[in-house]
Amino acid sequence: MSNTRFRLPTITIRDAWSWTWPKLFAIALVLGAWEILYLSEWRPSYVLPGPIETFAALFDMVGTERFWLAVKTTITRAGTGSLLALVIGSIVGIAVARIKPLRLAVGNVITGLQVMPSIAWFPLAILVFGLNEQAILFVVVLGAGPSIANGVIAGIDHVPPAFTRLGRVLGAGPVALYRDIVLPAALPTYVAGLVQGWSFAWRSLMAGELLVIIAETPSLGTTLDFARQMSKVPELIATMIVILLIGMLVDTIFGTISRKIRRDRGLAIDD
Amino acid sequence: MTQAEVMLRTNNVSKSFGPEGAATVALSGVDMTIRAGEFVTIVGASGCGKSTLLNLFAGLDRPSAGTLEVNGKIALMFQEATLLPWLTARGNIELALNYAGVSRKNRDARVAELLEIVRLGEWADKRPHELSGGMRQRVALARCLAQGAQIVLMDEPLGALDAMTRDHLHDEIESIVAAQGLTVVFVTHNMREAVRLGDRVILMGSRPGRVVYEQSVPLKRPRAMDSNDIASRAAELTNRLKAEQGTLQGADS
Repeated sequence: MSNTRFRLPTITIRDAWSWTWPKLFAIALVLGAWEILYLSEWRPSYVLPGPIETFAALFDMVGTERFWLAVKTTITRAGTGSLLALVIGSIVGIAVARIKPLRLAVGNVITGLQVMPSIAWFPLAILVFGLNEQAILFVVVLGAGPSIANGVIAGIDHVPPAFTRLGRVLGAGPVALYRDIVLPAALPTYVAGLVQGWSFAWRSLMAGELLVIIAETPSLGTTLDFARQMSKVPELIATMIVILLIGMLVDTIFGTISRKIRRDRGLAIDD
Repeated sequence: MTQAEVMLRTNNVSKSFGPEGAATVALSGVDMTIRAGEFVTIVGASGCGKSTLLNLFAGLDRPSAGTLEVNGKIALMFQEATLLPWLTARGNIELALNYAGVSRKNRDARVAELLEIVRLGEWADKRPHELSGGMRQRVALARCLAQGAQIVLMDEPLGALDAMTRDHLHDEIESIVAAQGLTVVFVTHNMREAVRLGDRVILMGSRPGRVVYEQSVPLKRPRAMDSNDIASRAAELTNRLKAEQGTLQGADS
């Protein structure tokens, strides 16, 4: 068995500390600024509560079944939407990269869709699908798909010509050339597209959950909206913190995958 | 004595790039015959069409005029090792075996055998960035052998290596080629290297690329890069190339 492929990095306490302290420092800085703002009474405490009150609300919230149902709904939507966007975006990306007339026809449209705010799709989505899951998924896929497709296209465009030449010299057929050489070579850029796709999916989903409220289906978006309507500001900010943390967690997972791919290819600096 | 079978032959081969009228002639009227088991080196200044000729032999491009005869399977080795960075040394060789139609169950044994030939048995699970430049070229050589070709085209494969590593690889390539009975066309711009390795050296002139001189090298092997015999033959080739370039410059002025 290869001892290179499965080698785990050795992490010392010193490494862990050097990685942790800047983050702890940043959190402390934010909490400190927030507390000062709260104490300055810039806004009344029922509009802008302090960090202690907010974290107490967060603590209470995570103890309820409704909170975990909301998290489950939102994560399921994000997962399903991202997966659909991954499949559709990848197929469209490969087709556009490979078929020249298709690129001329829709290449610019994909970039156009990527920069179009996904919230602009909601009125149409609601009219077409109604106030339901499909409307949300439709916009999530439209939010993430173009970034993923563009990641595939850019990745394929930047495959060194020497690799495709090598494939031909080795006798690879068109399918094998793509499967064994072109797509693996495009992987780092593809993953970068996935990261961007995820961030668009997450943003679209939050917009969708605020606009498309489905009865009896708690989600992080509805929790947010409900807290605003009831003027439960600590709960509102606590939900925002959860949304931020989920986004950061998924980004960290993608970042780790991306760094592993780059390190395996001798592209990453030790970080 | 009967002559060995012809592996590669060009008859009045020419190659131009660009639109008609404004085309750049890379090769003009090239006649060349390479027989089984021969180690032929091709030398010439940059841009004399050496790599273009190899591309024609490898089927990566087609001649604009003339005919080309190829009798045998061809493998090509580039100046850069061009190893796929996401695969280990083993994976890179396995890929070539896969395309060559070697069954999955026979691949492991064949990879081990090929890595032993290039003396990299211990490095099978390293990725390209974990190997030195010389090691990477040895993996590329093993990958070439994995293709099961009778003819190996080498396009300045040692050009980017330091002198010591290059000397080691000369010995290795020489013994592997002899042991496997390969026919080799080796392109270089280094005259000594051409004489060190070749049974025959073909000198190509520029603008347009064509064969200007051929030299047989009947020196006994193994040969040393710094031997007097090699130095004097290399000097002769250099003088001929200079004379050829002088003619060109004269024509330009």
